[in-house]
Amino acid sequence: MKMPGLQYRGVRNIDGPLLFVDGIRNVSFDELVEIRTPSGELRLGQVLDVSSSSAVVQVFGGSDSLSKAETRTRFLGTSMEIPVSKEMLGRVFDGLGRPKDGLPLPLSAERRDVNGSPINPYSREYPRDFIQTGISSIDIMNTLVRGQKLPIFSGNGLPHNRIAAQIARQAKLLNENVEFAIVFAAMGVKYDVARYFIDSFEQSGVLNNVAMFLSLADDPSAERLITPRAALTLAEYLAFEENMHVLVIITDMTNYCESLREIATARGEIPSRKGYPGYLYSDLASLYERAGRLHGGGGSITQMPILTMPSDDISHPVPDLTGYITEGQIVLDREMFQRGIYPPVAGLPSLSRLMKDGIGKGRTRDDHPHLASQLFAAYSKVKDIRSLASVIGEEELSPADKLYIKFGEVFEHNVVSQGEFENRSIEQSLELGWDALRILPRSELLRVSEQELVQHFDKPVAVNSVQEKV
Amino acid sequence: MQESEVIKTGIISRVNGPIIEARQMASAGMLEVVEVGNLRLIGEVIRIRNEIATIQVYENTTGLLPGEPVYCTGRPLSVRLGPGLLGTIYDGIQRPLQQIAARSGAMIRRGEKAEPLDIEKKWHFKPLLEAGAAVEGGSVYGEVQETLSVLHKIMVPPDVKGSLISMLPEGDYSGETEVCKVRLEDGTERALSLFQYWPVRKPRPVRQRLPLTQPLLTGLRVIDTFFPIAKGGAAAIPGGFGTGKTMTQQALAKWAEAQIIIYIGCGERGNEMTEVLREFPELIDPRSGRSLMERTILIANTSNMPVAAREVSIYTGITLAEYFRDMGYAVAVMADSTSRWAEALRELSGRLEEMPADEGFPAYLPARLASFYERSGRVETLAGDEGSVSVIGAVSPPGGDFSEPVTQHTSRFIRCFWALDRDLANARHYPAISWRNSYSEYLPETSNWWKRQDRDWQNHRDFLMDILQEEVNLQRIAKLVGPDALPEQQRLTLMIAEIIKNAFLQQNSFDEIDMYCSPAKQLWMLRLLVAFSRRAQNIIKAGGSLADLREVPALDKLNRMKSEIDNTDSAAMTSLEQMLLRQLDALERKLKS
Ligand SMILES: Nc1ncnc2c1ncn2[C@@H]1O[C@H](COP(=O)(O)OP(=O)(O)O)[C@@H](O)[C@H]1O
Ligand SMILES: [Mg+2]
Repeated sequence: MKMPGLQYRGVRNIDGPLLFVDGIRNVSFDELVEIRTPSGELRLGQVLDVSSSSAVVQVFGGSDSLSKAETRTRFLGTSMEIPVSKEMLGRVFDGLGRPKDGLPLPLSAERRDVNGSPINPYSREYPRDFIQTGISSIDIMNTLVRGQKLPIFSGNGLPHNRIAAQIARQAKLLNENVEFAIVFAAMGVKYDVARYFIDSFEQSGVLNNVAMFLSLADDPSAERLITPRAALTLAEYLAFEENMHVLVIITDMTNYCESLREIATARGEIPSRKGYPGYLYSDLASLYERAGRLHGGGGSITQMPILTMPSDDISHPVPDLTGYITEGQIVLDREMFQRGIYPPVAGLPSLSRLMKDGIGKGRTRDDHPHLASQLFAAYSKVKDIRSLASVIGEEELSPADKLYIKFGEVFEHNVVSQGEFENRSIEQSLELGWDALRILPRSELLRVSEQELVQHFDKPVAVNSVQEKV
Repeated sequence: MQESEVIKTGIISRVNGPIIEARQMASAGMLEVVEVGNLRLIGEVIRIRNEIATIQVYENTTGLLPGEPVYCTGRPLSVRLGPGLLGTIYDGIQRPLQQIAARSGAMIRRGEKAEPLDIEKKWHFKPLLEAGAAVEGGSVYGEVQETLSVLHKIMVPPDVKGSLISMLPEGDYSGETEVCKVRLEDGTERALSLFQYWPVRKPRPVRQRLPLTQPLLTGLRVIDTFFPIAKGGAAAIPGGFGTGKTMTQQALAKWAEAQIIIYIGCGERGNEMTEVLREFPELIDPRSGRSLMERTILIANTSNMPVAAREVSIYTGITLAEYFRDMGYAVAVMADSTSRWAEALRELSGRLEEMPADEGFPAYLPARLASFYERSGRVETLAGDEGSVSVIGAVSPPGGDFSEPVTQHTSRFIRCFWALDRDLANARHYPAISWRNSYSEYLPETSNWWKRQDRDWQNHRDFLMDILQEEVNLQRIAKLVGPDALPEQQRLTLMIAEIIKNAFLQQNSFDEIDMYCSPAKQLWMLRLLVAFSRRAQNIIKAGGSLADLREVPALDKLNRMKSEIDNTDSAAMTSLEQMLLRQLDALERKLKS
């Protein structure tokens, strides 16, 4: 790497968060830039496009109060880096990874490029370890495993933060007693949200095990593009160098994507859907793929990004492209929320792709895969029958269909619905699932085997007795 | 690449993500491979204007500096072909990821180079021709048992014609050893080794294309029975996220009746490649009895790997497929997902500031898609054998909306469309291949094979298909008035359709028995379902009720036969068939009396 270079005075153009600098020499692609405003304030930027004599620079601190004549730029000769160390746990940083808690930078010899490098698929270890979140709708139907990237698709006003905090509080492995280290990244959210998480971590006594990267709503929007990268760079260090199990919570990905759109528009790029750049998919993947486990390594990164779906529309580019990359999604349902169901985890569109290898014999319980499949099948029938009932009236339904309606209610109220501080064991959750199924005629249950019916359907276990055992 | 072959020519003048420009490149050729910058990142020339070349770089360009050199290689982007391909995982430009991991650790370092094929490893070579023999492109002059299930035929490269002037005896040789020499027609000599190169963007030549006649059996009932693909055919699997594209591709890669599988993970998850790497070596091919990994090659350009290499990964994969086809094998290519490839085109095109057509995609998207799917086919090889490349491409339409450009253009170039349905996926009805929106134009070509196994096959298949189509119409009415308002005969149709969905269409990839369904079992299941349906229709006509039918004890067994009766357990099949028919007989007798 070359040495930090000359300082240049004046820029050709300023357009949104972009500066166009002429007459430069020896500037490399992606290089970090220090920008001095006319009043002497320092901001950071990054080279997006460079030719022999000019560069396009994206300013993370925003371009307000910059002037063409008096803006100074200095090219720093490296790409964006942050220090990484275990001492960063328990600390709060800003969106670019600088201390925000008044304490000095952690002493660390090691600085890492926030962009990371792609993990070689050959070097990955396929994630299979079941994480018990204590939330039935997740544990039975959309199981989380260690090293998975599982986002929460939410909407404005829905309780995604409470759910994320509950998961962070309760997540554990069945036969291991290791705590997760938590890396938390906030982009464009209000201070209240950050405060909520801080309080919640404090209450459960884990704050010392949390590193926070905060780029809040009133921070410059371009900074948000760095925030998750800084957080994931630390997470990678902790997971793959220090062999820790890291849970990364990132909120709100929709704000991140809006910043990306802003830059793309300022550069005059040809947009694809809804004005977002065509590379939104690749860009999101460069974040989400920084999760998982490595072969022969002890640690893991489990990612839980949160995004709010504009107008609750799951086909909006942000949730859509996210869903294509992540290993499933927990979708929150506004209608269930309004009926008072917490957590309002939508039964059908939620999915965990890694569930199939993380559950069943030797992992959770033998009957788990079929039970989950049966619950999905039955619940999807409930949805059909409910819409039929809304046409012909519930009284007109056949007796069999009425049972499905009843099953739907029990399922939503006894299985899905639970307390914010209620931590259910996997056995409890599975038994609740069987309890709900028992409302239906045995002959309807084709997704579970005859043997499972004999073992679980025909012999109810009192859920309370399970509870006591745990 | 030998250091000495490389001539320094250009100088970087601009860097814009994966696209760079270089000056002093007047002598470079279109599509020539270049090495860019001090790290010597691999790139390809995609435009030349005056002395400025535009280059797409297959690795991350962070830190590249205008003024750094660009080296020309004089060679188009090529793959290295020969023994050692099978069982390997490559990136989009055929770098072996295992070797890359050995050098740079778990994270892929830029500028890393590794030989695609092990040049040290010795292969047991058996010559099949002697000095004096006339050879031309495609002639098989020797063979190597590459894996226990695949015999690797050593072929004369397509551009060589002449007579053999020497041939080494049977023995163990490394891939670059000159095993024979050919005197070309112009009198010059050309030495051949076990390895050869072929440029990825150029289809390998064949003697002629042949009509498609055989089904590519997949072990998935909804495909084999209802929407079959022919050997040498092209199919698309479009579907929104999480509807089962990858799982279907993986199921096909496991069980399709092909001798070689090329699995291209293009812009998708790293873990999915890891899953294949972990699982395939353990799985046994039901036909060869050998590990599935022995017939499989993986190409991985995962979504976080550089976008330009995504564009090329598809060509790398299909070129490897053609090479094995030329040995006379039936090859199947899975490309997951072709949408990511199209998006890579779009991103690169955007950076080149080309005029966009639909939704930002370049105007040449349909032409590129067409030329990719055109590389599928059943052919007579240069050596006169028969080989085939079947291509199955996943399509990931934004918002699950099939009217978008990639799905639309793709459907013009394939003849088999497996539409994944969000509602089926949500109900965890897998594979979520819709019987309403899917189609196969290969049905006429492939039905002869099935009819040879069972004369009534076509009747049976069409009978069930008719019921499924009728159900679609009846459901429309039932949604308004409730199913109970329909006449008994129509409610029976609904009931039978339900059984077909449960017992036949649905197939769980994780069920130990049902993950693969043999043709014989499919025929039997089909026959049994048709027999049940016809008898049930008669029973209702004769005044019986649905309730009577639901009481038939064997019905539960019928619903569970897919996962309770093994592919080879013909005794159990016969006994269930007899039991069912006996119980229906009894019901009929009861009604008559
Ligand atoms: N044939 C199948 N059998 C069982 N489960 C399936 C099947 N197809 C899909 N699934 C389930 O659906 C999930 C999503 O499928 P996947 O193939 O990853 O979707 P896509 O590639 O379309 O995004 C899988 O993780 C698996 O749980
Ligand atoms: Mg997929």
